[in-house]
Amino acid sequence: MKIHEYQAKQILKKFGVPVPEGTVVDNPAEAYEVAKRLGSPVVVKAQIHAGGRGKGGGIKVVKTPEEAESVAPRMLGNNLVTPQTGPEGRKVRRLLIEQGLNIEKEYYFGIVIDRSAEKPVLMASKEGGVEIEEVARRNPDAILKEYVDPAVGLLTFQARKLAFGLGLQGPLVGKAAKTFIALYEAFKATDASLAEINPLVVTKEGDVLALDAKMNFDDNALYRHPDLQDMRDFDEEEPLEIQASRFGLNYIKLDGTVGCMVNGAGLAMATMDIIKLSGGSPANFLDVGGGASAEQVRNAFKILVSDKNVKAVLINIFGGIMRCDIVASGVVEAVKEVGVKIPVVVRLEGTNVEQGKEILRTSGLNFQVAEGMADAATKVVAAAS
Amino acid sequence: MAIWVDSSTRVVVQGITGREGTFHAIKCKEYGTSVVAGVTPGKGRIVHEGFPVFNTVLESVRAEGANTSLIFVPPAGAADAVMEAVDAGIRLVVCITEGVPVFDTLRVRTFMKGKSARLIGPNCPGIISPGKAKVGIMPGHIHKEGRVGVISRSGTLTYEAVGQLTSRGIGQSTCIGIGGDPIIGTGFIDALTAFKEDPDTEAVVMIGEIGGSAEEEAADYVKRDFNKPVVGFICGQTAPPGRRMGHAGAIISQGRGTAAEKMQKMQECGIRVIKSPAEIGAAIQEVYSKK
Repeated sequence: MKIHEYQAKQILKKFGVPVPEGTVVDNPAEAYEVAKRLGSPVVVKAQIHAGGRGKGGGIKVVKTPEEAESVAPRMLGNNLVTPQTGPEGRKVRRLLIEQGLNIEKEYYFGIVIDRSAEKPVLMASKEGGVEIEEVARRNPDAILKEYVDPAVGLLTFQARKLAFGLGLQGPLVGKAAKTFIALYEAFKATDASLAEINPLVVTKEGDVLALDAKMNFDDNALYRHPDLQDMRDFDEEEPLEIQASRFGLNYIKLDGTVGCMVNGAGLAMATMDIIKLSGGSPANFLDVGGGASAEQVRNAFKILVSDKNVKAVLINIFGGIMRCDIVASGVVEAVKEVGVKIPVVVRLEGTNVEQGKEILRTSGLNFQVAEGMADAATKVVAAAS
Repeated sequence: MAIWVDSSTRVVVQGITGREGTFHAIKCKEYGTSVVAGVTPGKGRIVHEGFPVFNTVLESVRAEGANTSLIFVPPAGAADAVMEAVDAGIRLVVCITEGVPVFDTLRVRTFMKGKSARLIGPNCPGIISPGKAKVGIMPGHIHKEGRVGVISRSGTLTYEAVGQLTSRGIGQSTCIGIGGDPIIGTGFIDALTAFKEDPDTEAVVMIGEIGGSAEEEAADYVKRDFNKPVVGFICGQTAPPGRRMGHAGAIISQGRGTAAEKMQKMQECGIRVIKSPAEIGAAIQEVYSKK
């Protein structure tokens, strides 16, 4: 799960990571009030779930409350296009009004879980404000790393090592190390999958602060963090995906024309791949789960066909625990109930496959039954074009 | 022969009184696996569907000689269940549970350091040595005893691969679903190493997916140390970056872990990489015909 910058900063502040003073607002009058309270200058920052906001005009430094008030309506309610949003951009609903800082130098600091090492890894670099991926490509040696033993936690000397590695001196070393430890505490306590401060800044006054903050969380751990669940912003998600998640379905909308319904995530991805290889384009990823019921199949079908770009549907089920006859009944009911007008190609394999095919054949509906994945893909791509 | 599960396997099912646990304990037993006990804390001393149930894994080890555990415990208790099995001296722990928090699995991995037990999963279909033992949720009937090893991060896509092999008359030595989570107990290299030592495995199918770099590391291992033919497929060639494709581990993050990268690396290391999931069976058949 992703959250906004202002939410990430609330969490960081709670764990002792210094952040600039600021307040989130959703109208120009409030922007004025907050800017007045913070003094000059202030920064107006559009809150969307995508990076690169500065490049898209989503971050503005202003000198007066009046300026903050006049900048706000140009952002609020409008779509902000950044290198990460896609051409249509994301609608801005909130602004973070923050005190401006006298920046001396910018750094990068982040924490992720290293899958190969099976440990959280802290990364720091002198190239603040630059995407870490870019630094990794250009100059991987410029990234300092410290691995954390999950049983022991981040040790003070490790945090100090990073601070010295960034070239910090005097009291800044202790301040930075304290910040790193606080960020690790926040990362661990919230079951984060990513915690990133980019840039981490040192001010002319000699303070260390998180100028920007980004946190992603492990969806599997959300059940033990009700406070984080409350931070989910449904406005940032695709409506069909929200609907699917209510049914316990794994659905991701894409921009193609072939709707697919598959059991199992791996097979679902492989089905998308073979559609592409056959000259078509998948409209979605949809995993109905390993043991989905006829009702799940019905729900999945409704979501699939409510995507207006879908010209044909491919149902690819390898029945293991899930029996093909149950799937076939669910599909038949769904097609009758929803009144589907577009072609439906069905490929069934595995447990009770013959009974399943028989149900489709005798349903009186016009299914195209395919043998194997290659045949299924060819048929559905032809039907969609 | 086969790897990790065979006729000496004696299974205890943790979470046996739940719906999934009950169903699959029976299915594994029907396949011919020795399912000797179940564990559900607080329900010890009962007999459930013919299986003796114990309060702790240790009791099942002592009373029934269990040496392998199959876990259906819900996510919040799954990590604890794995560590209990390891502590009780179980040699192979298969964790089917989907949705285990990453930090919990990290704790398990740290706990297991220096111990000889092996964990498969979490979030996996389990392991089967056709004709010998099935410790997992895969449909037994699609398998056939034979000499091809299968390793995969996926569930149903593994069945697809197995189905393609069996329909061509090609049997399998052992099929392992290693799981779709970012942190897992047994990786590709562990399984490849075991297949290398197994005289009855002649070729291997390796099915990876987007996210992480396990496939690249396995490819390096194959080049360096593996002497049997490998056919590889990576799913998620069309997946958008930054989105979690069902599996917690299947995410192209920060531009890394794409299918293209993995496929190229595997090809460079001598793995026969196929683009279409429909060609898995044919590719193995080709490998065989060249022998």
